[in-house]
Amino acid sequence: METLLAGLVGLLFAAAIYLMLSGVLVRFVFGFVLIGNAINLLIFAAGRMAHTRPPLIPDGQATLTAPAANALPQALILTAIVIGFAMITFLLVLLYRTYSQTGTLDADDDAFLEETGRVAETCTVDSDADADAEVGP
Amino acid sequence: MILLPALPILLPLAVAILLVFFRGDPRRAQAVAMAGAVGHLAVAVALMVEVVRHEVLVLWVGDWPAPFGICLAADMLSAVMVLITAVIHTAVTVYARRDIDAPQVRAGFYPIMQVLAAGVCGAFLTGDLFNLYVWFEVMLMASFGLLVMGPKPGRLAGAVKYVALNLLATLFFITAIGLIYGMTGTLNMADLHAKAAAVENQALLTAAAMLLMTAFGIKAALFPVFFWLPAAYHTLSVPVSAFFAGMLTKVGVYALIRMFTLVFSGVDLALDVLLVIAALTMLFGVVGAASQMEMRRILGFHIISQVGYMVLGLALLTPLALAGAIVYLVHHIIVKANLYLVSGLVRQAGGSFSLKRVGGLYASHGLLAIGFFIPAFSLAGFPPLSGFWAKLLIIRASIESGQYLLAVVAALVGLLTIFSMVKIWSEAFWKAAPDEVDLSCVHPDLSAWMLGPVLALALVTVALGIFMGPVIDFSMAAAERLLDPQAYIRAVLGGLP
Repeated sequence: METLLAGLVGLLFAAAIYLMLSGVLVRFVFGFVLIGNAINLLIFAAGRMAHTRPPLIPDGQATLTAPAANALPQALILTAIVIGFAMITFLLVLLYRTYSQTGTLDADDDAFLEETGRVAETCTVDSDADADAEVGP
Repeated sequence: MILLPALPILLPLAVAILLVFFRGDPRRAQAVAMAGAVGHLAVAVALMVEVVRHEVLVLWVGDWPAPFGICLAADMLSAVMVLITAVIHTAVTVYARRDIDAPQVRAGFYPIMQVLAAGVCGAFLTGDLFNLYVWFEVMLMASFGLLVMGPKPGRLAGAVKYVALNLLATLFFITAIGLIYGMTGTLNMADLHAKAAAVENQALLTAAAMLLMTAFGIKAALFPVFFWLPAAYHTLSVPVSAFFAGMLTKVGVYALIRMFTLVFSGVDLALDVLLVIAALTMLFGVVGAASQMEMRRILGFHIISQVGYMVLGLALLTPLALAGAIVYLVHHIIVKANLYLVSGLVRQAGGSFSLKRVGGLYASHGLLAIGFFIPAFSLAGFPPLSGFWAKLLIIRASIESGQYLLAVVAALVGLLTIFSMVKIWSEAFWKAAPDEVDLSCVHPDLSAWMLGPVLALALVTVALGIFMGPVIDFSMAAAERLLDPQAYIRAVLGGLP
């Protein structure tokens, strides 16, 4: 079972890295989603897989009496899933806003290069005038 | 007080929640944020005092004993980092009173800033590897919020680079956590100290260590993964960039120090790689700065080169070198945050961040000139300012370890740093003001709220230089405890008090 999972994790990593290395940022998001899942599987497999009972202590006992499943990796994965979800959501919104500003999501495009993408010099100290003039979709 | 190690995290988080209700009222929000920051500082000082008295303070959260529960552990390194965080947090919050405009306050500047401070302190205080990951994510999310906030257009391309590369770092981090858990069955850092050394498959352990090194290397902006930093930092609002410049890369450095002293004390390959990377980081950062004419871009590249010194101190791994790295951390955070705050004042007094379009500030703004002169030449390593001693310790440690080439590189990078600082000094302060200054951008009256933190931090820099003896003694003590972490491990694993 662990061998199978290890192979799957490797496959997902390879696909995710391929997607992330592409210059198109939408593919980066897909790669990020894939690799997040691959890592969750990796943690799951690291906690050892076995066909055992849930880690519940029977009535009248103070400790586990029989071998039980490892609950910790699942807690770690749950945390990682929640964090990953928030990150993906943020990333999508950021890319959407970036697209409406630059008109492209190709990281090799001019808009993303250091010199052309530089900040227009404005002096906004204590001025509220242009504050709400964000570029809309 | 048993809760003390948790307070530098809990207090800013509580203030952040409170601040959400004041978003529509900038004046009151500022007052509450400032009270919160001062409270943060007070708690950090109290923690420092207690740690000096008891060496290690441990809080087992929920009374679960280590290694089963998560613990917060404050040793000398953690305490000094928390204290510096609180100092910078306070300075930045005071400065923000005049620099952050109402729309940014409405967008949630103050609550997010407090969450960021809490996240940084959490990363410094936690004793659990997975918990460290969670604090990194808290920091990251808060920094994303501050990164995209604000009225200026054109910043999102830089933000995308920052976000993408930092997300990659967290992926490396969590992968390494999975591997380490699979090998040792524990994620408590003190527990890992013995269990990591006993792992049979040392090759896999080295792989996990290298993954962690890459993850923290991206956070610390080491060569060759520093590109997110110069792409993003000059697009931030000034107080935010000061806090980022002071703290965020240094959290990566702290994590590297913690990992390679406490957890992976036997992985030599990573240290050898770090030696080379440190030298290249120093060189590339300082050379990158030489070609820039925008004040915050110059400073951004100098963060990179300075981080190289700290990592060099870690990679040498002698007591003197580690002490040098700690002194460097303290010195650098104060000086660098201060220089970013000064850059905001230069923009206000001269009308631009670009050195070509400002000038004559020495004649018109004497106090600002002092406020720049002290941190800039401390950064460049002029005696008797703090940067001189920090560099001296690192260079001396390299010579004692027989790494003469690294000592030469470190000295050379110091010289090139002087070149950059003199460039800013002569362009912005000495040169006559250029003719075509856009007067609508110039606000010659600098607010005391902004000048105050700059001069206060400059004063701290001078004080650090003058009272360097006690600082070095403290750092030596901290370094020796890092290299021989038995007291830390006993305190964490020793069961409930």
